Amino acid sequence: MARFLLRRFASVVFVLWAMTVLVFAIVHILPGSVAHMILGEYATAAAIAALEEKLGLNDPLPVQYWRWFSGLLRGDFGLSITMERPAGPVIMEALGRSAVLAGVSIVLVAILGIWAGIHSAVHKGSASDQALTLGQYFFIAVPEFFWCILVILFFAVWLGWLPATGYTPIADGGLLGWAKHLVLPVSTLVLGLIAHVSRLVRSSMLEAIESRYVLAARAKGLPERIVLRRHALPNALLPAITVLAVDVGILIGGIVVVESVFAYPGLGRMLIYAIDNQDLPLMMGGMIVVTAVYALANLAADILYAVLNPRIRVGGTAA
Amino acid sequence: MSASAATAAPRRRLPRTLVVGLVVVGAIAILAILGPWIAPYDPQGFSMRMRLRPPSAEHWFGTDEFGRDVFSRVLAGAHHSLLMGFGATAISLVIGVPLGLIAAFHRGWVEEVVMRGVDLMISLPPVLLGLLILAVTEPGLFKTVLAVGLVYVPIMTRLARAVALELLAEDFVEAARARGEGAFHILVREILPNAWPPLIVETALRITFAILLGSALSFLGLGPQPPDSEWGLMIAESRPFISEAPWIGLAPGICLCLLLIAVNVVGEGLRDLLDPRMRGRGHG
Repeated sequence: MARFLLRRFASVVFVLWAMTVLVFAIVHILPGSVAHMILGEYATAAAIAALEEKLGLNDPLPVQYWRWFSGLLRGDFGLSITMERPAGPVIMEALGRSAVLAGVSIVLVAILGIWAGIHSAVHKGSASDQALTLGQYFFIAVPEFFWCILVILFFAVWLGWLPATGYTPIADGGLLGWAKHLVLPVSTLVLGLIAHVSRLVRSSMLEAIESRYVLAARAKGLPERIVLRRHALPNALLPAITVLAVDVGILIGGIVVVESVFAYPGLGRMLIYAIDNQDLPLMMGGMIVVTAVYALANLAADILYAVLNPRIRVGGTAA
Repeated sequence: MSASAATAAPRRRLPRTLVVGLVVVGAIAILAILGPWIAPYDPQGFSMRMRLRPPSAEHWFGTDEFGRDVFSRVLAGAHHSLLMGFGATAISLVIGVPLGLIAAFHRGWVEEVVMRGVDLMISLPPVLLGLLILAVTEPGLFKTVLAVGLVYVPIMTRLARAVALELLAEDFVEAARARGEGAFHILVREILPNAWPPLIVETALRITFAILLGSALSFLGLGPQPPDSEWGLMIAESRPFISEAPWIGLAPGICLCLLLIAVNVVGEGLRDLLDPRMRGRGHG
């Protein structure tokens, strides 16, 4: 187990380092000068030269990479070009707000997705199972950005129950004002993911229910409730951990879209802002942070899987 | 269109949902191709007197803030979504499958390099990879298609390698080796023809995600640019008019959902048909 943890942790470190190389390479090696991108197409040659001097763009690429990378190791993300203040605090503040969105969403997805999947499997063929299955087809296919439009139209424009866009800190609007701005973004984020998780849980639960060990448990005369809870459920939930880790990746994509639509000042909106305004330090830093979050979420899922799966726990040779 | 369903039925019992999905995808593809000829108006023709009109007999889907006919624009934009779905998956197949086959055939350091690269790409969230590629270049339809295609290369590589490894242990490969056939012959003539069912299934299921990712990137402004009428872009542009003219965004959105559901139904239908492991389990 210790070796497994060490290996997984080393691979997270490797992925993060490789990502810094990839981001740096794509930004600096693709055609087009960085100073040119920042200043726009009408910049004079003198202005470009001055900015290149200021940003150290005339140094050899390895020197520039090392300057940026060693800064990252110290927690220094460089200076945001458009905001003219350190990018680190800007990124961290945005990360905090996105973490709220992501955290609430993933908890809802886990609870509702697993519940719906189990319900469908246990009551296979019932009206509610058929309704849930039909809903899954629909919810998986509808893109997040279109959901955003639909819920804004319905709950903000027609019913007027909730604010369409924006963000209120707890300090200003109180808990209610803050929470109100979360309802629509979160509900848009979770619908597709709940469908995804519940589908997988349904099929793995069905597999468990039809297995021989469940047959054996029933044959022993155990009450159905115990059979399902003690014998079928633990085996059916293991794949759910893997699918939830995959869903964190989809969730990150959803957050980029949802934050842009709802003008929610998180990391996703910051990334799009940085791309639109060619704020390279902000963009590069933001991408590294997102990668780190994703890698850590996957690491957590792997550890959880190993802890809960006796085959890996005992065997020790985890792949 | 019902004729194709009727001729297909007696040969092999195709699932009804698969047929319905194929018909819808086919219909959208035909409309996308015929779009320029059957569009009632110029998709980019301004008409300031006809701004923000609701759907009517002359303008089936209404008009937008420049008086452009939304129905004509939706027709003109249809090929973008199809290109994103089919083009991007084709790119991921063309790059990913050879990589996977080569990795499986030449074990050792070749496999190590390819598969570690794949692991690395898979450990990035898909949208981020797309954003990274599109962030530093001028946006455009083909760059979006390429970016989405590259995002799915590692998945295809992994699958192709897994399938090829299984097949390489078979007797017919042993026979080919004994005849003295080279790597190219074995991979293209012996492995590939036997590897296609799982690859087709994965491709069909990927198309949905490729359309979703591509139109989301367009929605964010990293795809085709105005005045183009890509559906994701149209939905993004409709936002300021959401309360006074919701049809501008609803029309392309509903079409996009229809396409996505149909493509997904086809993918899952194919999986039930071709993948022996999933056969008989229904859509689970």
